[in-house]
Amino acid sequence: MANREKELAKVISQEQLSEGIFSIWLETKASKEAKPGQFISMYTNDGSKLLPRPISICEIDKEQGRLRMVYRVTGEHTGTKQFSELKSGDAIPIIGPLGNGFPLEKAVGKNAFLMGGGIGVPPILELAKQLNCEQKQVIVGYRDAQTFLREEFEKQAKVYVATEDGSVGTKGNVMDAIREEELKADIIYACGPTPMLRAIKTYAEENGIECYISLEERMACGIGACLACVCKSKEKDHHSNVNNKRICKDGPVFLSTEVEL
Amino acid sequence: MIDTRVKIAGVEWKNPVTTASGTFGSGAEFAEFVDLNQIGAVTTKGVANIPWAGNPTPRVAEVYGGMMNAVGLQNPGIDLFCKRDIPFLRQYDTKIIVNVCGKSTEDYCEVVERLANEDVDMLEINISCPNVKEGGIAFGQNPKAAEAITREVKKYAKQPIIMKLSPNVTDITEMARAVEAGGADAVSLINTLTGMKIDIHRRAFALANKTGGVSGPAIHPIAVRMVYQVANAISLPIIGMGGIASADDAIEMILAGASAVSVGTANFYNPGVTMEIAEGIRRYMETYGFEKVEDMVGLVK
Repeated sequence: MANREKELAKVISQEQLSEGIFSIWLETKASKEAKPGQFISMYTNDGSKLLPRPISICEIDKEQGRLRMVYRVTGEHTGTKQFSELKSGDAIPIIGPLGNGFPLEKAVGKNAFLMGGGIGVPPILELAKQLNCEQKQVIVGYRDAQTFLREEFEKQAKVYVATEDGSVGTKGNVMDAIREEELKADIIYACGPTPMLRAIKTYAEENGIECYISLEERMACGIGACLACVCKSKEKDHHSNVNNKRICKDGPVFLSTEVEL
Repeated sequence: MIDTRVKIAGVEWKNPVTTASGTFGSGAEFAEFVDLNQIGAVTTKGVANIPWAGNPTPRVAEVYGGMMNAVGLQNPGIDLFCKRDIPFLRQYDTKIIVNVCGKSTEDYCEVVERLANEDVDMLEINISCPNVKEGGIAFGQNPKAAEAITREVKKYAKQPIIMKLSPNVTDITEMARAVEAGGADAVSLINTLTGMKIDIHRRAFALANKTGGVSGPAIHPIAVRMVYQVANAISLPIIGMGGIASADDAIEMILAGASAVSVGTANFYNPGVTMEIAEGIRRYMETYGFEKVEDMVGLVK
């Protein structure tokens, strides 16, 4: 049954959080089914830029039918630059929610790390709001003192910050913060750049910790058809019949032991 | 009375719209967005005799008015395809066109022979993929090789054979004549144009494969020109493709000489576009008083 479509979401508000980082609230049907760790495909209104920008969901407001997307503007003349110029009342074409999202049920009764790095920080916020676990520790990494969303995390959980330049919290990355603070967990949820996820994956596997990582890759369709956004899987994938999984459809969240980075 | 049916190499489609190979999977992912009963045919992603893992990522990049890809024909192999994808598509009232890829003549023939007894309507032979080093394009840029492989696959084929042509040649009519001489039942064109994109900030190629196939609205005028040239060179039916994103684009292609059209890249950013195009063609016929699609084919001389 054809029951999904590209829709026009309505911009409710937009604000800049820090240099190059924007937060937009959208009124959309996609909010009904959305889960932490899922993403939406956002499209420009510019015919020269056709492909979707997959952006992870930062917050879900089911009551008001809204989604909050926090994203980085990647440069002048980019699609994300155009998104940042949208004003309240504007329309933006989107498809979503897409992808699998974080498995919340795995955390029940456990001590959890919720780890985000750079533009991988935003999806961790809705996860922090919804996750039901024994102990919730948020560890977020930034380049410098522009620690966007930090105060909002502090309303949800104990927050540890790492900055590359050492201006706030631990100097270094999220792994350095774990070591410095001597933190422990028996389940990990993480989103961030590949080198960070690789380090977390190694740490988790060395310590026998169940670990879910959210990956990203260039996409063309966002719905599992184009086979552009694949990652290497450890075992032969049942859909592709080779050692490839689709990040948009089979992910973006994978059990760390399922994939190779 | 408007009749949108078309007959391509003896196979009747309910309307002249299909999907360009590689942009629609085997239909399953799109079935949430498209009522597959409303399009003339589904052309599947290329399938080989064995599973192929494809190229490293990044496999796609955006270019002005289009995109570039070097997926490298990742596919699950003919066995899983026959078991899973054909029965899925058979639930719908649409024709099934299986795109076949390979690295050698034997590879192609093995898949074509395997499909002979499967419930599919047509085969499209991909001799024009620019993203796989061996095979594919090797057959698609040399008229003698194109004629020879057409002749070989015809020996094994029970369904009509569509040869998919590459635009990355000096004279596409020469290739069209070659596959016609080899016994093709139809041709489809154009596959993607080989391109390159460099990320100036990383000072690196945008695609891991360095080069990729350019598709999307940016290439549409090139495709229209080539369809027109081929229509004037051979007498086989043509499935026209290349940057079709609207009914207007599709009609342009038909007026240039295509008997049917394939929609490719537009599926990625407008998943319901094939239905819109089928409906748009019907409305155009109504507006201008065309009773049959064939009355429009190659009308602009």
